[in-house]
Amino acid sequence: MSEQALLTARGLRVRLAGRVVLEDVSLALEAGHLVALVGPNGAGKTTLLRSLAGLIPSEGEIEIGGQTLASLPLRERAKRFGYLPQGHVVHWPLPARDIVALGRYPHGATDPARLSPKDAEAVLRAMQAVDVIEFGDRRVTELSGGERSRVALARALAVEAPVILADEPTASLDPRHQIDVMQNLRATADNGVLVIVVTHDLGLAARFADHVLVLREGRLVSQGAPAEALSEQVMADVFRISAYRAEYQREAVIVPWADV
Amino acid sequence: MSVEAVTLTNEIAARRRIGAVAALSVLVVFLMLISLGIGPVRLSPLSVAQALLGAGSDVSQVIVREIRLPRTLLALAIGAILGLSGAALQGLLRNPLASPSLFGAPQSAAFGAVLVIALGLADVRSYALPVAAIIAAFASVFVLLSIAGRNAGLLILILSGLAISSFAGAATALVMNLSSNPFVVLEIAFWLLGSLEDRSFQHVMLAFPFIIAGGLMLFSQRHAFRALSLGEETAQSLGVDVGRLRLFVISGVALGVGGAVAVTGTIGFIGLVAPHLMRPLVGHDPGRLLVPSALAGSALLLAADIAVRIIPSTSDIKVGVLTSIIGVPFFLYLIMRERRALGGGVA
Repeated sequence: MSEQALLTARGLRVRLAGRVVLEDVSLALEAGHLVALVGPNGAGKTTLLRSLAGLIPSEGEIEIGGQTLASLPLRERAKRFGYLPQGHVVHWPLPARDIVALGRYPHGATDPARLSPKDAEAVLRAMQAVDVIEFGDRRVTELSGGERSRVALARALAVEAPVILADEPTASLDPRHQIDVMQNLRATADNGVLVIVVTHDLGLAARFADHVLVLREGRLVSQGAPAEALSEQVMADVFRISAYRAEYQREAVIVPWADV
Repeated sequence: MSVEAVTLTNEIAARRRIGAVAALSVLVVFLMLISLGIGPVRLSPLSVAQALLGAGSDVSQVIVREIRLPRTLLALAIGAILGLSGAALQGLLRNPLASPSLFGAPQSAAFGAVLVIALGLADVRSYALPVAAIIAAFASVFVLLSIAGRNAGLLILILSGLAISSFAGAATALVMNLSSNPFVVLEIAFWLLGSLEDRSFQHVMLAFPFIIAGGLMLFSQRHAFRALSLGEETAQSLGVDVGRLRLFVISGVALGVGGAVAVTGTIGFIGLVAPHLMRPLVGHDPGRLLVPSALAGSALLLAADIAVRIIPSTSDIKVGVLTSIIGVPFFLYLIMRERRALGGGVA
């Protein structure tokens, strides 16, 4: 681990509607890493993602690139985080390209019809990265679930932010598209971006992540390289399952197997 | 596809939109000329144009510039702000069934104005009227959006709107019920129907500042509506201050609708219909729908106000009655089209 973390949180605590959802979460994450955030339902994964992006108020301190998040205005925060929420909701049948172009909104390109050459290039790069150029002119509502998830990912990539926060980007996708999405995120991380992915798929987490964060009841109970963070003990304590463990093509394989 | 190709497809779409806006503008100007020419004395568009420019007979100049121009200007501005408000509310709530009249905004504004009239606080040409209407409209939209919360389903919006407009109607009825002067009651009852008849430049001065201010507030948020297509959370992550956007929309709609209702009474359904007519022409981008919807609103209200003067009838048909008679079946058609979303209870 290098000494310079890109994103750090110290003593993070979040209360929603009077209930403590996150308690005493501290972490330091590096650029170029793919971080998987796992935990049972209701553990606070989405809340952690939202608070890291500054979308909900939190106590404690968050730093991004050496600056405290609280000191940054909305527009500046927006340039630092590509946020991909669950479900990829788009409320109007807009062309896919316009959706991707909204990723340039934090950079002042608020009108997809009037992109500067620099913004147009960023949009194109993002669309190329996840291979959605061919349906750029089609309305997102006419796309399949897999295509739509790629458009949503392209939109988050188009921000060209140092951090990507993706909330269950593989949910409701078939196995092929799940692997596609993870490979895209892996490639993004390899380009120097810090990618944080919420997932329930421990197999994908073990295979693609450099670093795994395990949340239980609002607390970070385990973190580290996949094999350590998802130790047999953690699997039993947090997820109440045992897992089949192996290595295939030099990548870690974890398959949830039976209850304990 | 290259950067040039991305820019090119954008240019084709942009040209189409500009064409639609230009055609609508021509239509609005044409309808204005007809509106200025229609009445007990019929004038050709040519003599209307002459009278506007200070040529032609004195009589036609008085008719056009002093009697018909205020009415036409009010139809233009009020139609525009209603269309714009509808498009803005649909953009904010990401819902094609949103509109000021379905949310009870005009009804509440009317209640505010009626209260002022009935209490004898002001005569019908004082600024107290639009101010009261604006406050009531603001309260109604604010309450509606508070009930709706961040991700309101269609059902909640429509039900809350129904409750608010029913309440505003009941409150208005109560005021009329308690009023001791039958002439005031009759005057209010007719005024509630919504009309542009016999309006003067005093009315124009009364309504315009508020309509223009409200319109500018809504238009200033056009890019935020686009980002909001991705939902509030994502819009916020892109740097949109969603709380501020909501306040702008509530205030803009209240200013515009309040100002409009104060001089014409309630004219419904323009805000619902106008954006729907424009989507096939200019696309679904909520930011780019604002100006065409305003133009379509102007055209609709001008046309309706021309129609009430042409349709032969024993007593005058009020324009607000006509817009509702046409608007409600359109609303039913939209409900049929959105049946699936309504049935599921989510938008």
